Amino acid sequence: MELYRSHVLVCEGTGCHCSGSAEVIETFKEELKKNQLENEIKVVSTGCFGLCEIGPIVIVYPEGAFYSGVKKEDVPEIVSEHLLKGRLVKRLLYHDSISDSDVVKSLDEVEFYKKQKRVTLRNCGVINPEKIEEYIAFDGYRALGKALTEMTPLEVIEVVKKSGLRGRGGAGFPTGRKWEFAHNAPGDKKYVCCNADEGDPGAFMDRSILEGDPHSVLEAMAIAGYAIGADQGYIYIRAEYPIAVKRLTIAIQQARELGLLGKNIFGTGFNFDIELRLGAGAFVCGEETALMSSIEGKRGEPRPRPPFPALKGVFGKPTLLNNVETYANIPQIILNGPEWFASIGTEKSKGTKVFALGGKINNTGLVEIAMGTTLREIIYEIGGGIPGGKKFKAAQTGGPSGGCIPAEHLDMPIDYDSLTEIGSMMGSGGMIVIDEDNCMVDIARFFLDFTVDESCGKCPPCRIGTKRMLEILERITQGKGTEEDIDNLETLAKNIKASALCGLGQTAPNPVLSTLRYFRDEYLAHVRDKKCPAGVCQALLQYTIVKELCTGCTLCSKVCPVGAISGERKQPFTIDQDKCIKCGACMEKCRFKAIEKR
Amino acid sequence: MKSLQELEEIRKKTLESLYLRKDRAGTRIVVGMATCGIAAGARPVLLAFLEEIKKRNIKDVTVTQTGCIGVCRLEPMVEVYLPGQEKVTYVNMTPDKVARIVAQHIVNGQPVTEYTIGGQQKKND
Repeated sequence: MELYRSHVLVCEGTGCHCSGSAEVIETFKEELKKNQLENEIKVVSTGCFGLCEIGPIVIVYPEGAFYSGVKKEDVPEIVSEHLLKGRLVKRLLYHDSISDSDVVKSLDEVEFYKKQKRVTLRNCGVINPEKIEEYIAFDGYRALGKALTEMTPLEVIEVVKKSGLRGRGGAGFPTGRKWEFAHNAPGDKKYVCCNADEGDPGAFMDRSILEGDPHSVLEAMAIAGYAIGADQGYIYIRAEYPIAVKRLTIAIQQARELGLLGKNIFGTGFNFDIELRLGAGAFVCGEETALMSSIEGKRGEPRPRPPFPALKGVFGKPTLLNNVETYANIPQIILNGPEWFASIGTEKSKGTKVFALGGKINNTGLVEIAMGTTLREIIYEIGGGIPGGKKFKAAQTGGPSGGCIPAEHLDMPIDYDSLTEIGSMMGSGGMIVIDEDNCMVDIARFFLDFTVDESCGKCPPCRIGTKRMLEILERITQGKGTEEDIDNLETLAKNIKASALCGLGQTAPNPVLSTLRYFRDEYLAHVRDKKCPAGVCQALLQYTIVKELCTGCTLCSKVCPVGAISGERKQPFTIDQDKCIKCGACMEKCRFKAIEKR
Repeated sequence: MKSLQELEEIRKKTLESLYLRKDRAGTRIVVGMATCGIAAGARPVLLAFLEEIKKRNIKDVTVTQTGCIGVCRLEPMVEVYLPGQEKVTYVNMTPDKVARIVAQHIVNGQPVTEYTIGGQQKKND
């Protein structure tokens, strides 16, 4: 056993990686060597801590000191002050991580973590994901051992059913029943697949789990293989997740070396192996039938269901397909029992859900909450509220398939059914916070733009219908829309929902329907008054100069790129609306707040 | 992997090296490592503690350092916090003294009085 007096944990998730954590790790190693500390202090790269906004994050144990925004230039100071002399580097400590008397709080006491319940993320930021031994140390692969040696496949399925776990990919289908279908399907060759094709804009829950704790998914897939009678698993992951792919590859390799994947696992005669399949990043490949056809090496296009994958999936064989986060729950359920899991959450939605917080929020990052937590708690307590004290307008969940939750539902407990009821959906867990400065029509247009791009083109409702919807939305945001357009938009949306082939098309109109439901007045303002209330849609904006405030300093006319502003020195200036291109340069430069955008 | 025992062995073995990240209970050995401490030779003392703990395979002990305690002339100084006991401060530490402190104090709970701040002063009187 190597004994170190201190462990320096550095987040190497994608978020922190982009803000330079690899360099930080490198510098730590150099500095430790320079100070001859390399045999006393261990540098560990971990997965995501969740507070991506203030990365790179470094935690130093045994003190548990939580440093944020660490640049490589800061490392020599941490080494010489903290690691050598034992003095905390206060300027780098996360503001909420020490008490008033300068005592380091444990992570559970930090506001960001206090309200969270980390089940699937329990190892993220705790273990080194590239060392299988660390996963094993924190009870890894014990669930697989228990399932293989103490339980029958049917008992495993019964436990999953009793836990009340529902699919975390978005639709929320009961996981245990899915396993049962696959178990009961006739056939001697079956497959277990994992959907890691996370495609919603702004969502990175699955990536973080795979980067921070890849073995939890491998273990769960092996358990699923045992339960349904499969000996081969595939993880379908997008090639745009290079760090996750690398960690998964290492994890599979290490599991094979220890015999936790492969032949005769735990001497029980059970065989199971896993391979990766890299997707090229088509959104439609997150749809289960398209995903499976892509695994087979064919074009990623969906097909009608039934037959469902449980009967006829990959290579025409019965296939179990679950999402990354769903799998990450399984080992915990087997170890702690279904009652433990069912004790978390609400009546119909059990357990926890990971959300990727993005948009207008202070703590952009990854949070895991018990089902039934309210939106207000997520945004204002965990998320730290909205920057600049702006007013909350809505939260968008479920990405391009979901909808928005307006301010009136801030106190509603979040679970599958409540979200569906108000016209949004759980989705895979992306949560984008929208404040008063965002235009809801523009947001609907953004998501439609995305689905039009990502539609595979196989069925006409999706291929043509979403395009027509986008055209209408573009007309509205350009001030050329009519009230009839809104009605057409609604009819189109309902028809596409009813007739599209797969989940992509069926849910594509959701952003439009839910914004129409809660923010119809904004649509009307665009078509009737030709105004964008949030001041986003450029074509509907007008920059004007307030005569009373203008001092005639001439600054605005100098920065105007098209020469639309004129006037006499020391007299109020005016903007020629025909020439104005609405770039906003004048407003930025004006020192007297004399330019208005409306 | 042929058996659950094998898994359990890896688990136990690795957990020992990870206890640092788990909780902060247990015994703490704090070495004064400000400029004065380092100059007086605190580093060999700290290393000796690590070595001794490793040799005896003692669990649940953290070795950490702190800044200047204020009596620089008595450096290197080491504070030992045993759960539920008063802090014990050792002064004028050398690596040679470490083995005895670990055996007598950390393992058996009996402070080595003659190395403590009180004991040393008595000797000087």
